[in-house]
Amino acid sequence: MANHSAVAASSSSGVWGGGSSPFGMRWGKMFMWIFLVSDAFTFSSLIIAYGAMRHRFPDIWPKPGDVFTHFPFIHGHVPLAYVGLMTFILIMSSVTMVLAVDAGHSMNRKVVLRWLGLTIVGGFMFLGSQAWEWFHFIEGSEKGAYVLADGRFARTDDLEPGVLKFHDGTVVEGAEAQALISTAVKNIHGANLTENEYGNTPLFGNFFFFITGFHGFHVFSGVMINIIVFILVYQGALDKKKDYELVEKVGLYWHFVDLVWVFVFTFFYLV
Amino acid sequence: MSSDIHHEHVSHDAEDKAHSALNKKLIWRVFWILLFITLFEVAISFTGIPHVVLIWTFVALTLVKAYFIVGYFMHLKFEAIAAKYSLLLPFVLIVYLIFIALYEGTALMHVPY
Repeated sequence: MANHSAVAASSSSGVWGGGSSPFGMRWGKMFMWIFLVSDAFTFSSLIIAYGAMRHRFPDIWPKPGDVFTHFPFIHGHVPLAYVGLMTFILIMSSVTMVLAVDAGHSMNRKVVLRWLGLTIVGGFMFLGSQAWEWFHFIEGSEKGAYVLADGRFARTDDLEPGVLKFHDGTVVEGAEAQALISTAVKNIHGANLTENEYGNTPLFGNFFFFITGFHGFHVFSGVMINIIVFILVYQGALDKKKDYELVEKVGLYWHFVDLVWVFVFTFFYLV
Repeated sequence: MSSDIHHEHVSHDAEDKAHSALNKKLIWRVFWILLFITLFEVAISFTGIPHVVLIWTFVALTLVKAYFIVGYFMHLKFEAIAAKYSLLLPFVLIVYLIFIALYEGTALMHVPY
């Protein structure tokens, strides 16, 4: 009787008539999606706040191409290469994750373990890369930047000793640069929350630490969750339930982390 | 409810496998697209193209990458229409927030720091 009326209702008012999920997915997965939408709002707000402040200070905001120029074992400036590599690592780990989810659909435990394991390795590689990048950002260059007696902000370049560079592209060298340095009020090395040698605003460092740190913490949590699921799959817990949707759910989270990085990469490093 | 969906999964096992071969091809195609777009972005950032043009190109290419990640990797392209709209429509508010933040950012330019 109850069954009959449910069928009647669903035929009269389509998917919203009850008896079937209008979203076509189980609630566990739907809630993961809802969480990801709310998390996307958090990241959007952070990146938009960065954009608004950058827009507000066009004359002092550092150019990312002049900040992130290091690459392991290479002496010299190689802007963007390292974040490009980090992006590649994260996209690659997204592919291994989607292959794990795909193997989960056919309940192939061994293949799920293989791809999930590689995803965890990719996650650790990304975290290591980020640690390396933070180290160089905080450590800074050998000579750092100077706040001159007239209040102007001048950067130095380790590859061109004795040269001062200003935000507008002006370059001062030789005796004139030495005179400016000798009367300078302050010499700033690297970056912290109150000042940085990349530009004359603490906001740049603050946003860098907060946004890449918040994303990095997401990656870290993702790796931990992936490890837990890896152990569960290894113990055969999902085979017992005959249900691999858990892999799909952590997969959604992991792809989201990759998605956020795509936006961070564009708005922090490219634009 | 949940057992229903589950049952369906098992009975379409053979179909799933045929689907899966197609999936793998698609997954790798999406990977190459994402990689190519990223390399392209890095490459054009070193050219002398005016900065304004570059910025809008980057934003457009980022949205293309987001489409491929959300649509294919997160599988949203193949979900029910109700799920798609429920999850994507809220982002209209983000567009509004971008407008407000840039408007306020511009207004703040006249306020001393």
